[in-house]
Amino acid sequence: MSVFTTVLARDLRLALRQSADSLTVIAFFAIATVLFPFGIGPEANILARIAPGVVWVTALLAALLSLDRIFTVDFEDGTLDQLILSGAPLPVVVLAKVTAHWLTTGVPLIIMSPVLAVTLHLPAEGYVPLMLALLLGTPTVSLVGAVGAALVLGTRRGGVLLSLLVLPLYIPVLIFGTAVIEGAITGVPVTPLILAGFAILALTLCPWAASAALRQAAE
Amino acid sequence: MAEYFNMGGYAAWIWPCYGLVTLGLVGVLVTTLRGLNARTREFEALKSARRGDGA
Amino acid sequence: MHRFANPTQFMRIANAIFPWVAGLAVILFVIGLPIALVTSPPDYQQGETVRIMYIHVPSAWLALMVYGTMAGGSAAFLIWRHPIANLTAKAAAPMGAVFTGLALVTGMLWGQPMWGTFWVWDARLTSFLILFFLYLGYLALGDAFEDSERGDKAAAILCLVGSINIPIIHFSVTWWNTLHQPSIMKLGGDGVKSSVDGSILLPLFVMLGAFTMYFFAVLILRLRSELLAAKIRNARLSQAAVGDALGQAAE
Repeated sequence: MSVFTTVLARDLRLALRQSADSLTVIAFFAIATVLFPFGIGPEANILARIAPGVVWVTALLAALLSLDRIFTVDFEDGTLDQLILSGAPLPVVVLAKVTAHWLTTGVPLIIMSPVLAVTLHLPAEGYVPLMLALLLGTPTVSLVGAVGAALVLGTRRGGVLLSLLVLPLYIPVLIFGTAVIEGAITGVPVTPLILAGFAILALTLCPWAASAALRQAAE
Repeated sequence: MAEYFNMGGYAAWIWPCYGLVTLGLVGVLVTTLRGLNARTREFEALKSARRGDGA
Repeated sequence: MHRFANPTQFMRIANAIFPWVAGLAVILFVIGLPIALVTSPPDYQQGETVRIMYIHVPSAWLALMVYGTMAGGSAAFLIWRHPIANLTAKAAAPMGAVFTGLALVTGMLWGQPMWGTFWVWDARLTSFLILFFLYLGYLALGDAFEDSERGDKAAAILCLVGSINIPIIHFSVTWWNTLHQPSIMKLGGDGVKSSVDGSILLPLFVMLGAFTMYFFAVLILRLRSELLAAKIRNARLSQAAVGDALGQAAE
């Protein structure tokens, strides 16, 4: 079995054993989204107007909360050192771990998003673009997040620091992710291909950056 | 003179700008110099302490 | 290139340049401030507020140039392990954050009379706000490790990641801005460009030079300070090692 499938299978098995982690992220996504009507009021017009942005922002925050899971356990129990010493190609390891993270948090977020959009009165034309935008955008979120998660390994107050490092880098995804949904609603379509472009760019660069960060963390 | 400082009615924006930029630039310079002095003193102290040990 | 890698050699060159850079900074400020504040005429569109531009534009320019310096230093540090490149990035970062903050504040103070509000989500202001967060992240990460060497490498990687992202962020924000606020974009976008004429260029360039020279002068001072800190750390470490060895010998 190749390095990729071994690491992926292992991480998925671990995630399955601790499925409460994934559920917590989804629960956070739901509660954070539901807070907005309480802060803004239940008027359908206003909620429909802000729905794409709210769902995207809360999805980003939910993903952010789950990022430290990618490497922290392996870092603390020494698996990471072993992986590096074994000479396995580190970018491939990172890619496998990011894929596992995306499958266990990105995909549930995508599945959950239409339900939350209903509570915000998202217009009917918005649902398919919403899921498509999340489908194309969340891989970038996991990839960029993995770089941040690798950088903060071993720091004091890692979680807060991680949000400061990673959230500014999410802004392009947020801009185009919401624009795709709003474009479909207002009838001025915005191509989701830009999100795919971001994902490809992140796919080519982030595994290398994350493995450089892991190497210096394990030193 | 008062007319000059009035800056065509924009005094309330122009002078704070210049004040803040001055504060920023001088602030960076002062903290840099203080840090440099403190470290120079620390380094000299270490050096003389070591010379004392070695003798 | 390798001549610059040696800290002693590098500092010899830097110290030789220092009086010139510092002197030039003082001279340019002495010439530039009176031109910017007194002798240059008010702009026909912006009136006296154009005087804010003479410090806003240099701050913004340095905010970007410092990040470029840091990215170059971080790359040189990660590729060739030049310690001086790392120290340059480290020494420059707080200055970059200050310049970005000043560019934002002066931009807001210019915007209030021009736009009628302190803040608009104009592409340039927004990009600088994000740049400010990138600086804060860099400073926070460099500072978060017990072992300062680890912090150096992590911060260098973050700096490079950020430098790849800055153009993407700027592109996204500009696009977003034209999507949502075409009218304000126009107002904000051509604030300087539309009114370029000779009377503005002279103070602008003198102040640009003054700020840049100030940056180089203070950067050299900060580098001296960082090098001393590294020497102190090494001395402490070797002292501790000697102490341990003596202690073991005594046992």
